[in-house]
Amino acid sequence: MRGLWLVIGFFLLSASAGAEDDVQFVVVADPYIELHTGPGTGYPITQIIERGEEVGILKRRTDWFKVRSPAGHEGWANRTQMELTLQPSGKATEFPSAGRDAFDERTWEWGVLAGDFGGATTYAGYGSYRFSRHLAVEVNASQILGNFSDGWAVSANIVHTFVPEWRASPFFSLGTGMIHIEPKAALAQTQDRDDQTAIVGVGISSYLSRRFIVRLEYKSYVVLSSRNENEDVEEWKAGFAVFF
Amino acid sequence: MESRIRSIFLTTAVTATFLSLGASNAWAQDSEAAPEVIDPAVERRDIDVAAIDTEDFEVTAFFGLMSVEDFESGGVYGARLGYHISESFFAEASFGATKVGTSSFEKLGGGAELLSNRDLTYYDLSLGYNLFPGEVFVGSKRAMNSVVYLVGGLGSTNFAEDNHFTINVGFGVKVLPTDYVAISLEVRDYMFDIDITGENKTTHNLQGTLNISYFF
Repeated sequence: MRGLWLVIGFFLLSASAGAEDDVQFVVVADPYIELHTGPGTGYPITQIIERGEEVGILKRRTDWFKVRSPAGHEGWANRTQMELTLQPSGKATEFPSAGRDAFDERTWEWGVLAGDFGGATTYAGYGSYRFSRHLAVEVNASQILGNFSDGWAVSANIVHTFVPEWRASPFFSLGTGMIHIEPKAALAQTQDRDDQTAIVGVGISSYLSRRFIVRLEYKSYVVLSSRNENEDVEEWKAGFAVFF
Repeated sequence: MESRIRSIFLTTAVTATFLSLGASNAWAQDSEAAPEVIDPAVERRDIDVAAIDTEDFEVTAFFGLMSVEDFESGGVYGARLGYHISESFFAEASFGATKVGTSSFEKLGGGAELLSNRDLTYYDLSLGYNLFPGEVFVGSKRAMNSVVYLVGGLGSTNFAEDNHFTINVGFGVKVLPTDYVAISLEVRDYMFDIDITGENKTTHNLQGTLNISYFF
């Protein structure tokens, strides 16, 4: 228990120490910027910093910056107001925001999808790394919840996006992985099965707003089972992703 | 004669020393008085936006009570990782565990056991919305930021040796004593279908927890 408190104490200390080290300053160029008590439009405005005064930037949460005025008042300012400040060199301050431009230059994408896997409910999480404008590698893990059997599947895929500029952009994927199927205990002849899969997929992914992507995909699984015939399973999924 | 020559030498040497000292002094004063050509003011450079500490992630530990339909209430604990997408929306993944009690069927049935394993674990992926941001006042001198939030999502519950598709909805009140630590009280309903009591029905499993989270 003492160890836990030590860890918590260490976290608090390191967080407060870290905040002090890298304070950067900008100068207000608009008549004034408003400081809210918290990082959101709904929090009340309690202070302002006037034109010509220096603003120390302490930290950022989503589109809000915790800043300190020369008088020592601290509060949260919105990104649109913070962009009306000047850097020490005299240039306007720019904070890259999550937008269409950031979407075009994304490398990492993390998402969750839910849907239907051959009649069963499925959820999947995926992580994708884009190494060129058209190509990405993707790792997918899903859980399958059916009436007669449960299971999980993992796969690695290569994803090709035909026209990345389009708002609703179609893609094609090719992959391979493992599937584990566990028939429910109440049924006769229960035997767990681990099989290899080959997967072909098509889908549409679209930039929504901020850091969001919406995605719809269809995948056709060929389960290379140890029995005489291979199984074909169709999967439909829809979901959201965030990108970095 | 010898002593006289020595004194002349000494005088000369002393005079020379004084003269040279004086000269070097004068030279030193000259250099101090020289105007500065280069202003050694701080280097003017642009700020490094990437170096600003961003705190969009939130890690949470929670514990409380979970009432599992037909199987009494028990202590529940778990962990959660959240990502704040905007000032209003956040996404989170949770994992929780509890041990269920005995159903009334088992108590009255005299030794009949419905479950061989009494552990219940669940995970979920949820989306939250910060509905009412505000402040709470502690005494007359202290105000802390607060927010009332709604949350809902999909997941899976492992119970009675089976995985069940689970929908959760809930709400919570979060109070932030500092910018990076939050304490919240939260109520969620985990809904899943189960047929262990003889009929297939949707169960509502209410969970009330105290959450402690840290932003990083």
